[in-house]
Amino acid sequence: MNIVVCIKQVPAKDAPLAIAGSWIKESDIGFEMNEPDSYALEEALRLKEKHGGEVVVLSMGPERVKQTIKEALAKGAERGIHIADDNFAQLDPLGSAKALAAAIQKEKADLVLTGLQSDDHGFGQTGVLLAGLLDRPHATIIMAIEVADGKMKLKRELEAGWFQHIECPLPAVLSIQSGINKVRYATLKGIMAAKKKEIATITRESLGVSSEPTQKIEKIYIPTKSKQTEFLTGTPKEVAAKLVEKLRFEARVL
Amino acid sequence: MKILLITEQRQGKWNNASFETLAAAQQIAKNASGTVTAVVIGKGVGELADQLAAKNVAEVLLVEHELLDAYTPDGYCVALKQVIESAKPDLVVSPHTYQVRDFAPKLAAMLGKGMIGDCVGYRSEGGKLVFVRQMFQGKTAADVTFLGSGPSFASFQSGAFRADLVEAHASKAPINKVSVNLTAEQIRTKPLDLFKEAKSAVDLTQAPLIVAVGRGIKAPENIAQAEAVAKAMGAEIAASRPICDEGWLPMERQIGSSGQTVAPKLYLALGISGAIQHVVGMKGARTIVAINKDQNAPIFEIADYGIVGDIFEIMPALTEELQKAKSS
Repeated sequence: MNIVVCIKQVPAKDAPLAIAGSWIKESDIGFEMNEPDSYALEEALRLKEKHGGEVVVLSMGPERVKQTIKEALAKGAERGIHIADDNFAQLDPLGSAKALAAAIQKEKADLVLTGLQSDDHGFGQTGVLLAGLLDRPHATIIMAIEVADGKMKLKRELEAGWFQHIECPLPAVLSIQSGINKVRYATLKGIMAAKKKEIATITRESLGVSSEPTQKIEKIYIPTKSKQTEFLTGTPKEVAAKLVEKLRFEARVL
Repeated sequence: MKILLITEQRQGKWNNASFETLAAAQQIAKNASGTVTAVVIGKGVGELADQLAAKNVAEVLLVEHELLDAYTPDGYCVALKQVIESAKPDLVVSPHTYQVRDFAPKLAAMLGKGMIGDCVGYRSEGGKLVFVRQMFQGKTAADVTFLGSGPSFASFQSGAFRADLVEAHASKAPINKVSVNLTAEQIRTKPLDLFKEAKSAVDLTQAPLIVAVGRGIKAPENIAQAEAVAKAMGAEIAASRPICDEGWLPMERQIGSSGQTVAPKLYLALGISGAIQHVVGMKGARTIVAINKDQNAPIFEIADYGIVGDIFEIMPALTEELQKAKSS
């Protein structure tokens, strides 16, 4: 079973965000693998270990993205594809998906996996768009995958504690829900082995997909507060005492 | 401006978020001197179309087909593409549900159009619609606009608009049936059973007081400190999704879009940053207290009381103060 996993590199969770117009200042912050994608990668590795085949990691963005691809190779993916694009953050969801789909089309993938959404843009559209562009069946928010007889039985999460089983033929595209598995750490052996693995770099332009953007981020900003927050200050003991007092006599909830 | 609203039902029961988005569509129509056309899609859903026709809409489109009985992304995309091509709206809106996330981006792409998903609001600026959505897990907001010609697609986050503000109409709107061409071969996935996981009796929706922990708790052995706060307060313990994903607390204690939606008297958020997916599950709480080391954490945007500090210093102090208050 050959699997392509789409992985995005995003600003580190604790990175201080300095807003610069329609994006953030990227120069002084760290980047990491988008957490929802790490679950998709783990699921791909588990499927490969069970059914054979290879896991190819696909990521788009500037040069630094290679570090995230290397991390995936260290965890056990066979090879990486880097779509080089310094303006990746400015692409709209459809524009990104078109480039990814063009790269996937050159692979013989039985399954394409994505995380549910990215921790930066949070569009959550890539997997569904890829299914449309590649003309493959898809399912999203997947919590379990069983492969048998050339098709999959999936457990899809619905809202409010409901689930649904779905039967889906292969090849297909799936968006994986976070928490589907326990993500592994790279071992030292894996890190050493990754050094010998191939990362093919292609430019986005070379894929020949120039799409007119359908939408534009005009600006980003710190959201306006919907509530007036009363901040309590002092030592831990002082703020604890103040809070209990406020909750008892002002909010009257205790 | 012609606005097409795609409503959502399952097994003949409304997803109430449909009416929140109807309220949004009615407001946009009012601003842009436009009309709202509401779509009901499924099988045997004529009664739902009747209910919609009593609202202030120009028209209800009833899209029924044997193969639309259970939701499938293929079935919905094939059918709704035909509906949109014949209705020719400028804007297509839907609630940002798990189901919409599953098909709407593809539906838009089939028409060569884009979708702005998970919007929390909109503004009209010089005749142009500006959609507001969150980015960076709620740490920033973004103003997003459509480029090019319509139809454009937008979905609205649950709770962003109030369903009780939907305007009714004295005379009933016409219900027009739309027949669509759909064959079994076009539907490639097969929906099977709907089910809930067997779960214990934890019903957080009934808890008046909730103490919830997030990533800031750092390690499973630290959960006990939060549980001590909850015990001293007489509250239920709950968590954001990552904590349950890690297995530090059971899934049934998860608050948020994929867990339970609660509206307690008091919600104490310990080390929770306030990502959108969590906030939609608890923003209805009467009093919200947030304790977080990051003063820019989005949870403070909705907090009544905030403490910027180290939860590991504050939790024991708070437990002590709560015990003191109880015995006084």
